[in-house]
Amino acid sequence: MKFSFSSRHIINYSLLAVIFLSGCDTSETALLTEKSIIYCSEGSPESFNPQTVTSGTTIDATAYQLYNRLLSFDSQDNSLIPELAKSWHITRDGTKVTFYLRKDVQFHDTDYFTPTRVLNADDVIFSFERILEQDHPYHEVSGGRYPFFNNNNFASIVERIEKINDFTIRFHLTGPNKGFLSSLATDYAVILSAEYADQLALQSSEQNIDIYPIGTGPFKFQEYRAGSFIRYYRHQDYWQSPALIQQLLFDITPNNTGRLTKLLASECDIVAYPIAHQTIDQHPALSLDQVTAYNVAYFGFNTQKPPFDNKLVRQAVAYAINKDAIMDAVYYGQAERAKSLLPPSAWDYEQSVNQIDYSIAKAQELLAEAGIEPGSLTIDIWAMPVQRAYNPDAVTMAKLIQADLQNIGINSNIVSYEWATFLKRLSNGEHQSVLIGWTADYADPDNFFTPLLSCSSARTGTNRALWCNDEFDQLLADALATSSSEQRRAYYQQAIELIAQEVPLVPIAHSKRFQARSSSVQGLVLDPFGGIDFTKVTKN
Amino acid sequence: MLLFFVRRLSLFLFTMLLLTWFAFSLAHLFPGDPLINLTGQVNANPEQLIALGQQYHTEDHMIFQYFSYLEHIISGDLGLSMASQLPIASELANLLPATIELSIVALAIAMITGVPIGFVAAIYHKRKVDDVILTFSMIGYSIPIFWLGLLAVLIFSIELGWLPSAGQLSLIYEIDHVTGFLIIDILLSDNTYKWQAFADATAHIILPACVVALAPATIFIRLARTTMLEILETSYIKAAKAKGLSFRQIIYRHAVRNAMIQVVRHVGLQFASLMTLAMVTEVIFSWPGIGRWLIDSIYQRDYTAIQNGLLVLSIFIFIVHIITDLTYAGLNPLARERSYGS
Repeated sequence: MKFSFSSRHIINYSLLAVIFLSGCDTSETALLTEKSIIYCSEGSPESFNPQTVTSGTTIDATAYQLYNRLLSFDSQDNSLIPELAKSWHITRDGTKVTFYLRKDVQFHDTDYFTPTRVLNADDVIFSFERILEQDHPYHEVSGGRYPFFNNNNFASIVERIEKINDFTIRFHLTGPNKGFLSSLATDYAVILSAEYADQLALQSSEQNIDIYPIGTGPFKFQEYRAGSFIRYYRHQDYWQSPALIQQLLFDITPNNTGRLTKLLASECDIVAYPIAHQTIDQHPALSLDQVTAYNVAYFGFNTQKPPFDNKLVRQAVAYAINKDAIMDAVYYGQAERAKSLLPPSAWDYEQSVNQIDYSIAKAQELLAEAGIEPGSLTIDIWAMPVQRAYNPDAVTMAKLIQADLQNIGINSNIVSYEWATFLKRLSNGEHQSVLIGWTADYADPDNFFTPLLSCSSARTGTNRALWCNDEFDQLLADALATSSSEQRRAYYQQAIELIAQEVPLVPIAHSKRFQARSSSVQGLVLDPFGGIDFTKVTKN
Repeated sequence: MLLFFVRRLSLFLFTMLLLTWFAFSLAHLFPGDPLINLTGQVNANPEQLIALGQQYHTEDHMIFQYFSYLEHIISGDLGLSMASQLPIASELANLLPATIELSIVALAIAMITGVPIGFVAAIYHKRKVDDVILTFSMIGYSIPIFWLGLLAVLIFSIELGWLPSAGQLSLIYEIDHVTGFLIIDILLSDNTYKWQAFADATAHIILPACVVALAPATIFIRLARTTMLEILETSYIKAAKAKGLSFRQIIYRHAVRNAMIQVVRHVGLQFASLMTLAMVTEVIFSWPGIGRWLIDSIYQRDYTAIQNGLLVLSIFIFIVHIITDLTYAGLNPLARERSYGS
């Protein structure tokens, strides 16, 4: 029953033809459908300002569409490249970073704001002081939460920001910091308009800054209906070459089947997180894109509580887990088996890691060494209740691990709570072991190690293993302080080996991120960090 | 005719009283504070609640409360939706036109297809064609609409890719809200792409309208068939036959016209059940109408929306009935003689 896909268009064209023939006056306009892209997204954005969120849905909808950052990551090798800052300079001691801004960057001209000047140092200072200064008039607007910057201790890294001239600014840091430049290139470090903020302050409608956004990005905000759609228009005066499409629509379709139906009925050009990969792959008019995302799913042990305060038990469990079975049953082969915390496609650290292979004999030996009789130990496995890119089905994964542990004589119960409760109890350290994961915010190995396993993260709660090892922390600190990338690499290599020995967690998989599109859509690159960029998309 | 009109009007007023009393009592029967159920003011602070209580006479006898409620309804204040905190009156003004549009198109499809097929069946009475038509109309009538809707999406949207599966218009077209009736709004708009939008809106309405139309179409088939059979048996048709008129002349000049009078009378009755079908269909086709909104309100326990939404919907259907009755009476002088509403 597969008819050619264009028959839908034939119907539309014939309807149009009927109208033309019936003598109505129509100007010679190409079909609007060819100048618009509809992206079926999985949820509503929480805000239109990426500074205030961490959710991937909001980042997809806003970060690359509405805004620019000072720097960005090269999509090939993840090195830093200029964006709004045309160049930058770091003093030898690493404490002063000077940015030289482009002088041709126009802000969006919309119904609610008309810019009178190009981007300058004031805008950059406004954007960051809003985050840094507690008493800044805009700090508390939209709740005063800047989760990415709080997690990174941004306020303690940056001492102050100095305006040198209209197009030069200098960040004074409290000490040399490797991660600082990377964090300015993340999706969250966007540049807002200070002029717009002043205008809103005059009207005392400050809250509009994150509701009716103004940025410098390739698209400008036109309309948003909560739970329904977002409409963006092309920003004509974009400082790079303007977007190739006239309008961009986010059709908010939380239902997985609904998104698939809309794709098959060509009501969406692109859908986020598609289901039924095989159907899409086999369809002649659709394409499935995938990219290994910077994420990791892991099985973490609470190292503060028995029995996992014993390294031998942790090692035994690590040997007992059959990762290949998990790859097939949970990821359907759509993920890479994790050898360390770091995704191998991003940084090739893994070659020399003495990784733990599946071996029941070795596991039983280690258990015996730890003095545990087969059948005498029962543990809880916490499985997260939600679907995430890194782990599509934690409960199934938990069942597989349960069976694996049974093989070495460990009994286990699977525990799951509603997501918010789950996270709260997890932060309290009530678990024995947990299946969860992590998605990196920027392309730096530190963004895997520090949030997951450092002592400071054990205090703030993102370290699910509650593992605090001074040697490990020292390695991370050394890696951040050194300026030689060879040296840095060596430190991280040691850190990986330390994790393999101590086993505070077992990395399981690095999953891929998927996106399905109609084959007529070209030029869309799926970024490993999540934020989608529609600037170069065309449709024919 | 005047007497007929007055009788209908009084019937309307009494029905309204009963309906509003029913809606009012729902607020007391639903769980929670009746005042909040009536007004939808879930976020009101104690002072605002006291002020509201005075407006709605919550301290007084039930009758006073009812009349103050009636006063609010008549002045167009239907309270706020508990879920969205938007005035229900404005939400209904946005949604009802979409449902009416779908229902009217479906009704037109049902009449255009159903009535002629019914006549054909009557003309070929007790022959193969009649049997086939009757069988298909029975099957069509028995198919559950939600199943049919999903099947239609599967075949025409997913497999064949001919027609869109969801919504009223592709998001890419921006049409200003003037009357709420999308097709009229498109024709009124000065959008450069309005004819493309019109084609798109037409493509969007075909599938849901056909799904809604199926059940009423089968009713029209059987109705038209029975009426036609009765008329073909009447003495004036026999007289016409005896006069030597050709079969074609008998059917077109005499039978069809007289049969249509009976059919039109039932259109109004069908409109009510059609609206119900449309509401279920809206959920399947994500049609932005009142049905989807009411079902969402039920899920969200939005009592204000449920009671006042139902009230407005019932009033609307009742008005449609009265209008069809009056039209029928206008067309058929015999009906006016029947002075009691039936």
